[in-house]
Amino acid sequence: MAWLGVLYIGSLLLLFATAFWHTDPFTSKVIPGFTLENFQELVVQEAYRNTAVRTIGIALAVTILCAALALPLGLFMAKVAGPKLRAILAIGITLPLWAGYLVKVFSWRITFSQGGPLDWVLAPLGVDGMGYGQPAVVVTLAYLWFPYMAVPVYTAFRQIPDNLFNASADLGAKSWGTIRTVALPLLKPALIAGSIFTFSLSLGDYIAAQFVGGKTQMIGTVIAQNINLNPPLAAAFGLVPILVVVAYLFLARKSGALDAL
Amino acid sequence: MQLSRTAKFSLGAFAIVAMAGIYLPLLLVITNSFNATTSGAFPIQDWTTKWWVAAWHNEGVREALWTSIKVASIATVIALVLGTMISFALARYEFFGKHTVNLLVVLPIALPGIVTGVAFSNTFKHVFEPLGIGLGMLSVIVGHATFCVVMVFNNVQARLGRVNRGLEEAAMDMGANLFTTFSQVTFPAIRSALIAGGLLAFALSFDEIVVTTFTTAPGTETLPIWIFNNMSRPNQAPVVNVIAAVLIVFSMIPVYLSQKLTGDDRD
Amino acid sequence: MKHTKRLSLAAAGASLALVLAGCGSSGGDAGAQSSGIEVPDFPVAESVGDSEGQVNIVAWAGFVEDGSTNPDADWVTDFEQQTKCQVNRKVGATSDEMVQLMRTGEYDVVSASGDASLRLIAGGDVQPLNTDLIPNFGNLVEGLKGQLYDNLNGKTYGVPIGRGANVLMYNTESVKQAPDSWADTWESDSPYKGKIMAYDSPIFIADAALYLMSTRPELGITNPYALDESQLAAAVELLKQQNEIAGEYWNDALKAVSSISTGTASLGTGWQVVVNLATADGGKVASVLPKEGATGWSDTWMISSKTKNQNCAYKWIDWASSAEVNAQIAQNFGMAPANKEACEGTKENEAHCETFHATDEEYYKQVWMWTTPVEQCIDGRTDVKCTNYQQWTKAWTEVKG
Repeated sequence: MAWLGVLYIGSLLLLFATAFWHTDPFTSKVIPGFTLENFQELVVQEAYRNTAVRTIGIALAVTILCAALALPLGLFMAKVAGPKLRAILAIGITLPLWAGYLVKVFSWRITFSQGGPLDWVLAPLGVDGMGYGQPAVVVTLAYLWFPYMAVPVYTAFRQIPDNLFNASADLGAKSWGTIRTVALPLLKPALIAGSIFTFSLSLGDYIAAQFVGGKTQMIGTVIAQNINLNPPLAAAFGLVPILVVVAYLFLARKSGALDAL
Repeated sequence: MQLSRTAKFSLGAFAIVAMAGIYLPLLLVITNSFNATTSGAFPIQDWTTKWWVAAWHNEGVREALWTSIKVASIATVIALVLGTMISFALARYEFFGKHTVNLLVVLPIALPGIVTGVAFSNTFKHVFEPLGIGLGMLSVIVGHATFCVVMVFNNVQARLGRVNRGLEEAAMDMGANLFTTFSQVTFPAIRSALIAGGLLAFALSFDEIVVTTFTTAPGTETLPIWIFNNMSRPNQAPVVNVIAAVLIVFSMIPVYLSQKLTGDDRD
Repeated sequence: MKHTKRLSLAAAGASLALVLAGCGSSGGDAGAQSSGIEVPDFPVAESVGDSEGQVNIVAWAGFVEDGSTNPDADWVTDFEQQTKCQVNRKVGATSDEMVQLMRTGEYDVVSASGDASLRLIAGGDVQPLNTDLIPNFGNLVEGLKGQLYDNLNGKTYGVPIGRGANVLMYNTESVKQAPDSWADTWESDSPYKGKIMAYDSPIFIADAALYLMSTRPELGITNPYALDESQLAAAVELLKQQNEIAGEYWNDALKAVSSISTGTASLGTGWQVVVNLATADGGKVASVLPKEGATGWSDTWMISSKTKNQNCAYKWIDWASSAEVNAQIAQNFGMAPANKEACEGTKENEAHCETFHATDEEYYKQVWMWTTPVEQCIDGRTDVKCTNYQQWTKAWTEVKG
């Protein structure tokens, strides 16, 4: 724990101290000092604000999509499927983690391309695929991070004793009622654990946006673009996802969900 | 289990659709490894096995795979130890700044990898290199371990919240020392959480690109870096599909084993 | 900087030299902010000694091949055997990344493009070279000798590898009439709205400036890399207009190949190698050098100022500059080789140089090679300050919104 604290936090502090430094405009070497111009730039320039809002929106959409998919799947695996099928499905949801991030992103790039698999499937329905853009980024990121949501949700479902369901049903609750009143509160910690991954991993991603985003710019894109040329600005902008995540964790705690952890 | 028939049926149908959604892109990767064009044009016109032959003769990728396995294994072990310790500290003790620690653990994964990567690169360059520890496999492992910790931490902490502390106390009351209590009572309860967390940690490390790019030194090439280096070069890109296809198939082994180990523990 | 200058690159180089001389030559960074460009002084190597056992190289994909990825592409193994220098390669994805990697001091040699080289030189990240120690230096094609972006203050910092133009490529199925102008990629009434691809880098601002040179002469742009603030604003305005009609920004060749050959993009900025690959895959893709001219890039080998393997670094550069190896690199990457003799010897070499206009100086006269924009206007103007690369980067973020 000691090295985690010292090394990691130390590195970050060093980096974020640079948010107050400035850069030699020609060699892009960092010059220590104290200036607020990087932050001023972030506030004044509309593009940064839009990018931040867009990225948060994408991360939220990814999280909601992941949760919406993980809940029914987890329920099915834990409470409907037999032991064999359950084992297969459990392997099934973790397996894609091993296929390689870039390979998966590239496969989605092909999927969304003009005349690609998506267009091909949708063509008989007379619909055009959505092509590259923000929706494609959301789908791709949701695909990439889905296991991080699905595994805790499934594990949580497994840990809800069957008899709890039965008891609820005996008392007359319908399936949906059981899920809502009995299962969801018990699932909340898992959902929050999962959402921390899906949300924050999406928040920091920029490679997916590069491949399937068309012209979508995300926070990571801007940081990546500036990290070499203007590290202070990149560091300043890097504070945005940190603040967002802190706020997110704060909200999670306020809702009481973290107490259940 | 008292879910209605319709509910079960629709859940089953949903599971099928979801699995299809997960696996069609992977199938696309595998079929693409037989695609004769270099850019992976769709639909596939010409089929070939030449990329498989090329991949077989590729030494770079084998070396990179070995590096990746080493890095991911060590990072996972570090993460298991630290993650468990931190989650115990947070779940069992009250102390000042508890929530801050909680936040700090989650931070490495919440930050864009590029920020973490550059931060580490800076520190290693300016602080450790004068001490004789430059960038290399060690810095990659350190970088990976920091964000792997959170994987273990999250899983173990979620589990500890539900483990009956009375059991531990009972064991202690009956004279078991701390170690016995841990190995006989606590560990079995969190075992599956450890395996799940460790697995996610391994997978995350195995697949990491951005932090690795900035913390690695020349000569240390992990598999994702190899893939990244080769994806942007047109004559090698299809070989990447072959590697991915092979990985998908081989990854069934560790995943299956872990499933065996965790699959049927009931608590 | 109160001298009068002619509008030529040579004069610009001289002006930089004067600025440099005025700033003294001590190594620190502190004074370098806006007064001028300070180049830290490094001694030039006097001889090449014994191998240090290894050399670490940051290079573009396909520049340093040891056969491990493709058995047919191997010009490293022989080098390692002959010189006893083991080669460790890192593929850089972008110029910015390469600059960052060189700055770590872990690498001895870099294949720097024009938008990186001047930054590296002025940042003190690379050292001046003794070209006498590189016997293969000298067979260069005319157009690549003594370019501003790798020559400063009368010193040579880089050994050219090759060059290429950012051509206008188009999918022949969607674009029936071969275009001869960039207009359809810029104007909002373009028939290919939503299907235009552009290069994803701040340096692409120069492409907008180039188009403005011929469409809005009243702006007075004479070099797309020397833009004052109002000229940059005009370029940004044009780029924002393009953003409305663009479908995608690309930055790696493979991405460009898949977009242009599937028809996801109808036309846009591309490299000759993208066109070749797309065509080889059966894509209906062609390219043209439009009447407005084009931007382009040329890459040079440079040696780190912090190198621990200087002998091996020199040995590598000499090895890679030989006609034979230069031809292999150029053909593997898809660019015009820098060594004239790399265009001779075999049918393959001749054909390659033909495709890439390697010795066609008329062709490359219309091509403005990537140069890092700096405050000192390299078109020779002294009455205004030009915008620097950092400003371009900010502008680029703004363009992409």
